[in-house]
Amino acid sequence: MIGIATLSVAISIVATLVAALVAVPGAVWIVHGRSRLRGALLALFTAGLGLPPVAVGLAVAFTFWRSGPLGAIDLLYTPFAMALAQTIIVVPLVGTLAVVALRAADTTLPMQLTGLGITGRRRFALLMREVSPGLAAALLAGFGRAIAEVGAAQMTGGNIEGQTRVLTTATMLAVGRGAFDQAFSYVAILLGIMLVAAGVAMTLQRRWA
Amino acid sequence: MLQRLFLCGLLILGLTVSPVLAQQPSVILATTTSTQDTGLLDVLIPAFEKASGFEVKTIAIGTGAALAMGERGDADVLLVHAPSSEAAYMAKGRGLSRALVMHNSFIVVGPASDSAHVKGAATAQDAFASIARTQAPFISRGDDSGTNVKELALWKAAGVSPAGNWYIKTGSGMADTLHVASQKSAYTLTDDGTYLSQRATLALVPLVEDAKDLRNIYHVIVVKPLAGHVSDQPGGEAFAKFVTSEAGQGIIAGYGRERFGRPLFVPDAGKGP
Repeated sequence: MIGIATLSVAISIVATLVAALVAVPGAVWIVHGRSRLRGALLALFTAGLGLPPVAVGLAVAFTFWRSGPLGAIDLLYTPFAMALAQTIIVVPLVGTLAVVALRAADTTLPMQLTGLGITGRRRFALLMREVSPGLAAALLAGFGRAIAEVGAAQMTGGNIEGQTRVLTTATMLAVGRGAFDQAFSYVAILLGIMLVAAGVAMTLQRRWA
Repeated sequence: MLQRLFLCGLLILGLTVSPVLAQQPSVILATTTSTQDTGLLDVLIPAFEKASGFEVKTIAIGTGAALAMGERGDADVLLVHAPSSEAAYMAKGRGLSRALVMHNSFIVVGPASDSAHVKGAATAQDAFASIARTQAPFISRGDDSGTNVKELALWKAAGVSPAGNWYIKTGSGMADTLHVASQKSAYTLTDDGTYLSQRATLALVPLVEDAKDLRNIYHVIVVKPLAGHVSDQPGGEAFAKFVTSEAGQGIIAGYGRERFGRPLFVPDAGKGP
């Protein structure tokens, strides 16, 4: 039970962080960049909000089936495949929320920083600090979506005991077996994890604000 | 700056992949939901892994889906229970070997009120005919699983092509389907192992048992690897050997005695094709 919960949390954290590494710079580029392709990326993020997880799960599973295009690397039914699917599901959510947070912030800040001669890494860090409460909310939402995922987790992980069984797929199996008490305890753990995650996000928001 | 961060994200993604790439391919066992839902695999797989050193990834789906995985080369070994579909599979040349493993029985279950009066029917075929006649609700797996294949064969034998409001397809596993039947006070066909393991949470009683048209036979099939695909033929062969060995058959014979008061499966290895 502890192993299942740990794996759920670990996969979801990895998926959220990798998604943030892609989505947050993307969001900064959308809000403060100058390229014409910014609109396209924003459209991609926004449309991606409605991306059905089962579609992502099927696409990732298909890619990694032994008979699929990347079958040779034998990655299906591993936590990696699950994290990859969750990352794809979470990127649009984190990206869109980060765009909202950046837009709500002082829009003259980038110009002020440029005026003060602050560039590069330092400028990026200051920008991030300005929108950190919004970013914390975006990460929490991403984590919540990742850990709650069932369909994609089942298809890409296969619900293998001790390897890819996570809280959501374990709950489905427990219900399927008629072990409702077990199902309820999995769900209770899931809710507990989300409460802790929300607490962490709120603490971060308060400290950063 | 942004580009660098983006590349950094990709790099981390790449690093997560690399350790996984180095590991040995593990044996993929595609099997039916009944073997997982009864809990048999929970004792059989660890025993095999311990005895052989192979690592098994068990994918519990229906027999139809398991055979499809074998056909695509997406599994190494299959534990399935639809002899007619299996014969067709072997005829396509996608199996290296097929061996008898065990059997249990299908049973027809339904609400205690038994509005279709099937209790005590001599054969499942008769029971199905009277369910169709009275249009009592019947829940079908509808998923091409071994149980589903058996069910359709029974309808055919009864001379009925089931359709209408009374005939409901769940598209789910055996245990889920039993719960739907229980909630809807409907009849369904199940393997007795899954029924026994679920009985405590079901409002269903066995109505037809021990009929000669209700035997549920499991075979193990070693998948023939496809050229150019990842596979683990030795692992598949080792698993097939283990489940038909004395040790494997002993586990099957004993499983369920403790929890359900009687074994759920009868070992059959070596008793025929």
